[in-house]
This record gives sequence, C-alpha cells and structure tokens, in this order.
Amino acid sequence: MAVITFREALRQALDEEMTRDKEVIVMGEEVAQYDGAYKVTKGLLDKYGPDRVLDTPITELGFTGLAVGAAMAGIRPVVEWMTIQFGLLAIDQLINNAAKFRYMSGGQFKFPLVIRGPNGPAEFLGSQHSQSFASYFVHVPGFKVVAPSTPYDAKGLLKAAIRDDNPVIFLESEMSYGHKGEVPEEEYLIEIGKADVKRAGTDATLISFSKPVLMCLTAAEELEKQGISVEVIDLRSLRPLDRETVYASVRKTNRAVVVDEAWPQASVGSWIQAEIMKDCFDDLDAPVELVASEDVPMPYNHALELEVQPTVAKIVAAVKRVAYKEKE
Amino acid sequence: MRPIKGYDKEVLHSLLKEMLLIRRFEEKAGQMYGLKKIGGFCHLYNGQEAVCSGVAAAMDRGVDRLLTGYRDHGHAISLGLEPKGIMAELYGKATGVSKGKGGSMHMFDREKGMWGGNGIVGGQIPMAAGVAFAQKYHQDGGATVCLFGDGAIHQGAFHEAMNLAAIWKLPAVFICENNQYGMGTSVGRASSVKDLFIKGQAYGIPSKMVDGMDVIAVLEEVKAALDTARKDFQPSFLEIKTYRYKGHSMSDPAKYRTKEETESFLQQDPILLLKTRMEDAGLITEEQYKELDRQLKEEVMQAVEFAESSPEPALSEMYSDIYA
Repeated sequence: MAVITFREALRQALDEEMTRDKEVIVMGEEVAQYDGAYKVTKGLLDKYGPDRVLDTPITELGFTGLAVGAAMAGIRPVVEWMTIQFGLLAIDQLINNAAKFRYMSGGQFKFPLVIRGPNGPAEFLGSQHSQSFASYFVHVPGFKVVAPSTPYDAKGLLKAAIRDDNPVIFLESEMSYGHKGEVPEEEYLIEIGKADVKRAGTDATLISFSKPVLMCLTAAEELEKQGISVEVIDLRSLRPLDRETVYASVRKTNRAVVVDEAWPQASVGSWIQAEIMKDCFDDLDAPVELVASEDVPMPYNHALELEVQPTVAKIVAAVKRVAYKEKE
Repeated sequence: MRPIKGYDKEVLHSLLKEMLLIRRFEEKAGQMYGLKKIGGFCHLYNGQEAVCSGVAAAMDRGVDRLLTGYRDHGHAISLGLEPKGIMAELYGKATGVSKGKGGSMHMFDREKGMWGGNGIVGGQIPMAAGVAFAQKYHQDGGATVCLFGDGAIHQGAFHEAMNLAAIWKLPAVFICENNQYGMGTSVGRASSVKDLFIKGQAYGIPSKMVDGMDVIAVLEEVKAALDTARKDFQPSFLEIKTYRYKGHSMSDPAKYRTKEETESFLQQDPILLLKTRMEDAGLITEEQYKELDRQLKEEVMQAVEFAESSPEPALSEMYSDIYA
C-alpha cells in the first residue's frame, strides 16, 4: 500500500471526485493559482480549469454564502476555509441557510456542500488562529461534521462528504497535513457516522477525534508498558455520532477518558463525557474524565501553548485515575 | 409615470389583479393576526405591491429564480403560489407552502422559482449570487433576482456578494426595495449616502433608481436588467423606491413617522396609479374594478377558510426534512 501524507490524501479525494462528477467545484482563498495555503488543492487548477477551481476574494461570508446558493441550485461545492477560525465570519450562512433551508421549505431543497479547512491548535499562531471550533458546528441539526485523524480516513471521508447531499463540515488539522499513512490504490469510501477502533484494549477506553487521536495512541503504548490495556476509539464523525461503537467499548472496559483539544466548557468532549455517563452509568467503574485544552485563549509562548493543550502525560494520568492506578 | 400604451390589456389586468390580490391578502393576514390566528413575526407588504408584481412580470418564469427577505408574502403571490397555501403557511398548517415549518418569513416553491424568504437581514444576497453562479455554470439560460430592503444594504453580505457577482460576471439582478425604513430607523439615519443605488456603482455594476410606485417602471427596468444578465452575464443593481404603509411587523405601531408622510404616499398608491391609467385608457371601469375587488376578497376569504380547516402537521413532522 502506498504511504502518503494527509494533504495528499485530501488532494486525491478532491481529484477523484472532480473527475467523477462535473458538479464538484472547489473554491476558497488561494486554492487555485497559489495551489492552496496548505497545498491541499495543488494542481487542481491546471487539471480542471478556472471554472471549477476558483480563487475567491477574502470574503468568507460572501463566498461561503455563494457556495450555499450554488449547492441549492445543484452544484456540489467544496469550500476551503484557510482556517476554520475565519469561518466565524461565515457561520451565519451555514447555520441559518445551509442547515435550515431544507427544513424551513418543507424538504424542497438540498445542500450538497462541503466546508473544509484546518481546525484546532497549531503552533506559534497566537490566540486567533489556534483553537478548535468543532462544537460550533456539532451543535447544529442539519450539518454533518467529520474530523479524521489519518490519511486513510481523510481520503475516504472526504469522498463520502462530497457525495453526501447535506452540508458536511470537514475538520482537518494544520499539524496533520504532513503526517503520513497507508492509503490503498483502489477506490474506497468511509461511511459518515462510523467510529473506528484504532487500538483494541480491555482496561479503559480513550475516545477522541482529529489530531489528538495520535496522542491517545502514544499514551496507550506507554500505558501498555505499565500494564494497562487501553482501547482507543477514533470518532471520525462527530455528527452523527457513533454511540454504538463508543458504548460497546465502555461497556467492555468500564472506564473512559475523552480527549478533546477544544476548550472544556460546552465542548464536543464534555458532551460525549455526559452522554457516556448518562447512557452507560451502570457499566462505569469510575467517573468519565475529560482531557481538554485549558480554559484560556491560546498563548503565543511555545511552552505555554503546549501546556494549554492535551498532552500524552495528561492523558496517561487521566487513564490511571479512572483505572484507580494513580499510585502505581 | 410611464405610459401603459403598448401593453396588452391582459398584461395590465393581470398586474392590477395581482397587486390588488396582494393588498387584500395582506389586509386579511393582518386581521387574522389580530385575531391571534397567526403568531410570531408577520411583515406586511401593503404599499410595496408594484415591486414584486413588476419583478415577477419581468421574469422568465420557466428558468429565472427569486430570493428575497422576510417580507415575502407578495413575492410568493406574484410567482403564482396559491393564496390558500400561503395563508395555510401563516397558520402553520400541514397544507402550507412549506408544510407549516417555515411561517411568514419562509415561503418556498422550488418549481415556481420562489427560492425563499430569508429571516436574516441580507442573508439571501450571497446565496442569490450562488444561485446565479449555478445558472451560469449549468448554462441554463436563466438569471436570479435577489430582493432585500434598505436595511440590508449596509450588511457586509450585500457588499461581498456585489463584489463577487461583478468579478465572476454572474447573471443576477440585485434589487433594494427601499421602503425608507429599516424597522424604525429611517434610511437617512442609517445610510452615509442619500441615494442607495450608487453603492452598486462602487462595484462597477450598472445601477439605477426606479420608481417603485409605478409597476410599469419596475417591470421595464427589471426586464432590461434580466435580459442583460442572461445575455451578457452582467449583474445589475436597482434601487426601487417604495413605501410600506404598515409598521415593520405586526408589533410595530410606526410612531417614528408622521401621518402626513404616510398620507402623501397613499396619494401615489401603486394600485391607484395603475388603475387610473387604465381608466384613462378605457381599459377598466369603476364597476369592473369593484367586481374584481369583490372576487379577490372572496378568494382571500377562501384562503382563510382553507387555512382554518387544514390539519396541523403530525408531531412526527418535527423530525422530517432535516437531512436529505
């Protein structure tokens, strides 16, 4: 199997879907002539031309709203936000139009739209470019939200998102674009709404999504050496949420830690933590823990910014707490 | 006032009939609101009828699309949606044009080109640019009309969409229905310039002011703009000056303006102005007008009866139409 980067996996997905379906177009800031701020759209302009690969002015509200309207009329736009942070300028168009028009019209329209871009903390970017906004989108009925952690999942999920007839928010991570992983040559799709057990274990369950999944896998290796067998669940999709896979694991291990790089209050992580405690109450041997970012804006200083986020050490400590093995 | 000479009698009759139907419909909607049959926001269109009637008459109804704001009952009627379905929507009934899930601000009929009432001021403007984008991409020969109020023109959505429409040459006609008040704030207090149409010129988009009390002027200017959009992929911007007789919504007594001001506009009522021209040309008599009015009031009453007797949506409908 070929080993490719996360960014190349995304590019392949876009390329394959654009070849398959002429309704698929790509738009966003610097996606065409500049090849994309993170080079995800590299080469697409040359291959598909300026009618299908469109550089936009820096008007997130305007071009996102335009994509929503285009989707309403049958196009399948893939919109790149240079970062999800800039998307706050456009979120009204997504929530009030893309997510609600189908409902408000009694089912007369559909919005086959993908919004993608880097979400979550990166490095040295300061407060305004480094935070996870997953909960902003997961909150809204009408959206689907996915957040892959590996090149394999990224490719299969992006292809599924493009073929989906609903608005899909596709959360990537700036730190992940260079990560490599195995991706098969033959075509495949990954169903939206299905979690993946990334590592099997018996003593505790780690539940996460996007970039922190890799941290969970490292933590699991470390815990294995200490005699604690950890199952790692990669949610991959946040809406719809694959409760079945999460609960099956928790019912097996009886202990769970949720890891989310967002702020802790009203986050995807705190919501999943509550869901598990409510639905698996009788199966739990310890309260479900949440490892989140600290409740502060992201500082620029590198030592501070690393300590603000979930770390392998914090995850290891949390698993040991739920396993009542803190002192060992 | 533009001459009506050269227009078929049928065309003029249908414009007059449509405007009067909208007026009677809105009066009845206001009445039913007062009786608490309709709840929530209800923005009436009285006084502005010439705008949507002129626009709809200018559209190529097979291919063109229309997106508007929340004051959308008139647009729905002009595009041929049944008053029954619109009234039922106001009542929140299952037989409403949006199955009772949209309400006053969200009238839809995909096939008839009524692509929505939007409740967020200016929210429809970038969307309309997108619909126009799709029309150009699909080469379907159509154009998109986008209407919004003078309150919306200061939103970034307007400015961003105008710029995109200009650089991508989209077949769109943007229309500001300047009824002179954004809720209770007069346009003079909210705008840095007196004439709003110059804001389109800033984007290199052909822009002009149109008398929104003259349905013929609206029809002719929108038709010309739509033709340019379809043929040359050239967007246009029209500021159509109009006036709303009622408050912003049903809860607004409109104390921010004088009686004299409202009365001066009643003298140039769009229905009256067309009727007078038709009378002068011998195309309608007072008796015929009264008979038409009687028929339309009857049609509106039937819409109320239809809405009253229609079923509520099943509670299970709450969960349908969220995902495709």
